[in-house]
Amino acid sequence: MANLQNNLFDIFYMDTLASGETWLHRLDPRAKVLTTLIFVGTVVSCGKYEISMLIPFTLYPVAIVALANLPVLYIIKKMTLLMPFAFFIGIFNPIMDRAVILKIDLTDIFVWMDSIGLNNLMGLIDIIGLKGIVGTIDVSGGWISFFSIMMRFCLTVGAALILICTTGFDSVCMALQKFGVPSPFIAQLMFLYRYMFVLIDEASRMVRARALRTFDTGHMKLDLFAPMIGQLLLRTLDRAQRIHLAMCCRGFDGHIHMVRKMDLGMSEILFTIGWFFAFVIFRMYNIPIGLGKFLSEIL
Amino acid sequence: MHMADALISPAVGGTMWAVSAGLIGHCSKKVKNEMDDQKIPLMGVMGAFIFAAQMINFTIPVTGSSGHLGGGMILSILLGPHIAFLTMASVLTVQALFFADGGLLALGCNIFNLGFFPCFIAYPLIYKRIAGKNPTRKNILTGALIAAIAGLQMGAFAVVMETVLSGVSELPFRTFLLLMQPIHLAIGTVEGLTTAAVVFFIWRARPEILNAAASSAPIGGISIRSVLTGIAVATLITGGTLSWFASSNPDGLEWAMFKTAGVEELETSHNLHLSLSEVQKKTAFLPDYGFQSDGSELLLNEKENSEEYGGTAATTEAKKHEASSWPSIDSGTSVSGLIGGLLTLTLAVAIGFILRYKKSNV
Repeated sequence: MANLQNNLFDIFYMDTLASGETWLHRLDPRAKVLTTLIFVGTVVSCGKYEISMLIPFTLYPVAIVALANLPVLYIIKKMTLLMPFAFFIGIFNPIMDRAVILKIDLTDIFVWMDSIGLNNLMGLIDIIGLKGIVGTIDVSGGWISFFSIMMRFCLTVGAALILICTTGFDSVCMALQKFGVPSPFIAQLMFLYRYMFVLIDEASRMVRARALRTFDTGHMKLDLFAPMIGQLLLRTLDRAQRIHLAMCCRGFDGHIHMVRKMDLGMSEILFTIGWFFAFVIFRMYNIPIGLGKFLSEIL
Repeated sequence: MHMADALISPAVGGTMWAVSAGLIGHCSKKVKNEMDDQKIPLMGVMGAFIFAAQMINFTIPVTGSSGHLGGGMILSILLGPHIAFLTMASVLTVQALFFADGGLLALGCNIFNLGFFPCFIAYPLIYKRIAGKNPTRKNILTGALIAAIAGLQMGAFAVVMETVLSGVSELPFRTFLLLMQPIHLAIGTVEGLTTAAVVFFIWRARPEILNAAASSAPIGGISIRSVLTGIAVATLITGGTLSWFASSNPDGLEWAMFKTAGVEELETSHNLHLSLSEVQKKTAFLPDYGFQSDGSELLLNEKENSEEYGGTAATTEAKKHEASSWPSIDSGTSVSGLIGGLLTLTLAVAIGFILRYKKSNV
């Protein structure tokens, strides 16, 4: 029950976010949908042992969240709630793949820290007795690919959430229609979205009514569940009929006409192409490794 | 059962996108042609119904855990396969966008696994044969139960295939299969029972609804054949083109060699390989896939080389200094990788803060 209401509030909230008034919100939805797809594609195309290469990709969600004034904690909370699924499949990697493919030499790190004058930190390490442990940490391929999976998960899920929070569902549908998705499917998506709220409301009223009249605090049994869902289904079918009649009264002829101005201006083109090149560069050059090497050479 | 983006490769995701897009196109055309326009609101509202119904739970008698209505099977029974498939696809799209339940790239896989099998295989070949013409209590129960179980078993098998072909997860084919199929036997039984119960209720309350669905244009032999042919062609074309870029997947023979070769060989092969194929890597569309395929040849050479060295830890040190022209995975680079990674992350976050700060000041 709580779950039901929470989901509803969640969707409402994301819709509210999508009605924001920033430059990003006003951007043509096609640009945002396309950029999101390119982003997901490039992230997923990274090799399974890539961690460092994925780091620069965080720039995209971070920049969008900042520019669109999205609540950071909310996005992070949503991602964390979804994490268990990827975690349970990913956690098999360290078990199955135990070949060591990365060695981190601790002495190297200490030498480096000395060389750039982090003596205070060295003192701390001395105190907790870490300095005695000299040698290498072996990291198996499984752990690396596990962290890679978790990073990909955060990036791809984040991108999807950000898309809907800056664009709104109706606009995403219209962008999809412009991209050539068949119109019956678009009409289906928009109808579904419109009536989802109504029916979830109806379902929660039914569940509440039953909960108030029963002493049984748990879930219902199957012999009650079936008539409950059946009732909901019958009401749904009746509602569909009423909606159809209402549409006919307003001149519905089998086609759904949508009026919303969409134009691809300079900012849309710059947005899409700019990010496209950024993703390609992130994908082709391992920026963190290069940066780290550059820094160690300077120091 | 929803697959996530993090676990699939672009080749698998792209292929399944193409297949699902083809199916959606096929169904849309079909629905458009036979449309009495009453069906447009019906489809949409039924999708919303699936959402609402999935949020009502009931207690599963023996285990005490809770279950809910699945979707694909009851939609097929009430609306026929084409509309049911479109409705299922729309439900999954909304789930992917709002609840991030299954990713955007994995959407093609999810639509296929959860939509195609119940709507186009299990419903016409199993449920309709058993309970289509003569819906009695027994027929509805057997039909729905077998069809739901079969649909979910096929879907679960497809999940395993797609995951293993993607090669991101290390789960071996057999283990994953042994994990997935029994779980989905249980889920299928629950879905079958709930579907049967709800269909039976509808059959008693408003039998004309079921009769209308059963008498709507059946999916004939030609139609399903054309659907299957379309899928095969789409798979071949997209799979072929994409795998041209991604010439071998990491789970292949090369990878097995890679693993059995051991650590030292792997390090050096990485070093040498990177310096040699840098150009190729920078020009390829999916460089790492290309890398896996020709990495194997290098690996063989390297193995011989390293046998000369003896492959012990002491000689690796020497070797590391020798081959330090491209120290890609030795610890020195690991350190700079760590530093660089942290720095990049900090930079990204800092850019975010600057952008927001600038905005709030404007």
